Amino acid sequence: MTTEPDSSADAAEPRGAATATAPPEDPPPAGGPAVAAAGKARVGAADLIFKNLTRTAGLGLLALIAVIAIFLVLRATHALNANTGNFLTTEEWFPNATPPKFGVAATLYGTVVSAAVAMIIAVPVAVGIALFITVYAPRQLSSVLGYIVDLLAAVPSVVYGLWGLIVLAPHMKGIQLWLNDYFGWIPLFSGDSVGRSLFVASVVLAIMILPIVAALSREVFLQVPIAHREAALALGATRWEMIRVAVLPYGKPGVISASMLGLGRAMGETIAVALVLPASFNISAHLLSPAGNTIAANVANGWGEANDIGRGALIASGLVLFIVTMIVNIIARAIVARRREFSGSSA
Amino acid sequence: MSTATVSGPDIDSDPDRLRLRGQTLPRWAPLAVAAGAVVVSLLIYLLTPVDSEIQIVLMAALLFVIATTVVSTVVEGGRRARDRFATTLVYTAFLLAVIPLVAVLVSVISKGAGRLDAGFFTHSMNGIGARDVGGGIYHAIIGTVEQVLLASVLAVPFGLLVAIYLVEYGRGRISRVISFFVDVLTGLPSIIAGLFILAFWVLALDQGFSGFAGALALAVLMIPTVVRSAEEMLKLVPNELREAGYALGVPQWRTILRVVVPTALPGIVTGVMLAVARVAGETAPVLLTVFGTNLINSNPFSGEQSSLPLYIYSQAGQPQQFAVDRAWAAALVLIIIIMVLNLVARLFAGRNRLK
Repeated sequence: MTTEPDSSADAAEPRGAATATAPPEDPPPAGGPAVAAAGKARVGAADLIFKNLTRTAGLGLLALIAVIAIFLVLRATHALNANTGNFLTTEEWFPNATPPKFGVAATLYGTVVSAAVAMIIAVPVAVGIALFITVYAPRQLSSVLGYIVDLLAAVPSVVYGLWGLIVLAPHMKGIQLWLNDYFGWIPLFSGDSVGRSLFVASVVLAIMILPIVAALSREVFLQVPIAHREAALALGATRWEMIRVAVLPYGKPGVISASMLGLGRAMGETIAVALVLPASFNISAHLLSPAGNTIAANVANGWGEANDIGRGALIASGLVLFIVTMIVNIIARAIVARRREFSGSSA
Repeated sequence: MSTATVSGPDIDSDPDRLRLRGQTLPRWAPLAVAAGAVVVSLLIYLLTPVDSEIQIVLMAALLFVIATTVVSTVVEGGRRARDRFATTLVYTAFLLAVIPLVAVLVSVISKGAGRLDAGFFTHSMNGIGARDVGGGIYHAIIGTVEQVLLASVLAVPFGLLVAIYLVEYGRGRISRVISFFVDVLTGLPSIIAGLFILAFWVLALDQGFSGFAGALALAVLMIPTVVRSAEEMLKLVPNELREAGYALGVPQWRTILRVVVPTALPGIVTGVMLAVARVAGETAPVLLTVFGTNLINSNPFSGEQSSLPLYIYSQAGQPQQFAVDRAWAAALVLIIIIMVLNLVARLFAGRNRLK
């Protein structure tokens, strides 16, 4: 993953080289090939300057990504060299001790599990909301609801964290006890006690990404050609059959990519999780036990008391998160790229 | 194109004589089932020691879905029952989702309104401990406004130039690579942006914590949003406008700056406002780069500052009720700011929509 930004840094560095090679490959301006011939000598200079200004900005963006990767790696290696544990398999997190011993295993586990559970809860409900707004709701209501979902997607995560900590967590006790009592035979729901657990964090994350996934899915469903829907209905399909044969197949790539973006959000979410979870460093299959941590939450919680090695260790764990979210995003993009016409990623 | 004509002498007088439609449930049936489900769940709530409201709501939803499907299967048959099942699922999903989302807003408003007074906006947290009443968000508002403005100043021109390159000049591999990495940057977790500025600006360049460091981190988060929205808007500008410019002998760069960008401007402004609304609520990057303080610091270039999300985070983490009350009030202020930005952006977009 790190090789790609490196090569782009090479491309970004020789700015003069780009300028020098620009004139021969100067493409004709959009839709106006006649202009290229007219007065090239006189207006060429200003055009060239502006073009290269914009190109430099574009290459600067690549350089930015390269710089992000390079600095995270630089800071991380410093700490990783001092680490006495295996960074990928150690569960403990004692980067400030001498000798430092830390690993990303427990926090990575928490990140993946909480995001996965959040997705299991949120995606079906979000698709339901999107279907309700686009297919079931009356027309006037649906545009209002669309607005509201968009607005809810903009509520900052710290507010969800505050709400999750103070309002939701106490209310979740009953349902967690119930799951523990009746489904305790499933290892996920077993354990001796319940509390501010990974499960609660997952529910907060699910509520948080719900509007995002719903808003993007709604956009995709809105793009289903009316003719497809009407054709299905005209053949005698019920509303559900129409959704199944016309709406869902057309919207599937868009919904998958919306879910992937939601997954990326859930994994990168910091503050909501940091507020809800008690920070602890162990891998436990018991979803309901008051334990768990995620990479992002650990950075927010742990960096205040971190020394030099400690900060490096947090940056190293951040690098892991960066790579994981990048993979998720690339998969999402690949799925959308296969059916280009509805990239729902512009919201 | 042959149509099967159904001809009968008295088809108008008795439309259902031919039984073209099967037996259907009356329109009130789903409502009745829903009411029944709610009543049964309430009875369970009152009569048994189940003590969680969440469970009752889930139980009512489940009862509603099952009962509707069963009734529909019996009366209407398989296909219609499946349709009913999907319909009830979608309605239930919507209602279930609305409950927590509305609950978030309701609790922020009800718990936050109590502390909202003039003093809350005009005081900082100087000398106010977690156990004390009073205190305010003056310093946090200053911090948020300065950081977000600085971030916009950095990110908007840069993002706009990248978008112009991608739409007006970008051909071939470089622009595809740039476009790809814009998407990668869109998915960048906000805490990574904070860690990057921490590693780069605060630690490597040894510039210390400041509002400007926070603005840098926020700018990293803003750039992809600005690029994407500006790109979409520039693409919407009809090619005829560009061609008209060229036909008059106007150089390409002047055509872009004088014709294309002004035409797309309302949409770009909307995109920028949405980006501003998003970064104004970011906590994690600000936490790592601005550090937070209780004092008023109106100079973003030196020393720690505060910001609204940071203020909420630090107050919410304390066990005392006064601190939590301040967190709710600040959350209300933050939500109002973001909602207003969003609404204005959308109204603006609606009024100036490109034809």
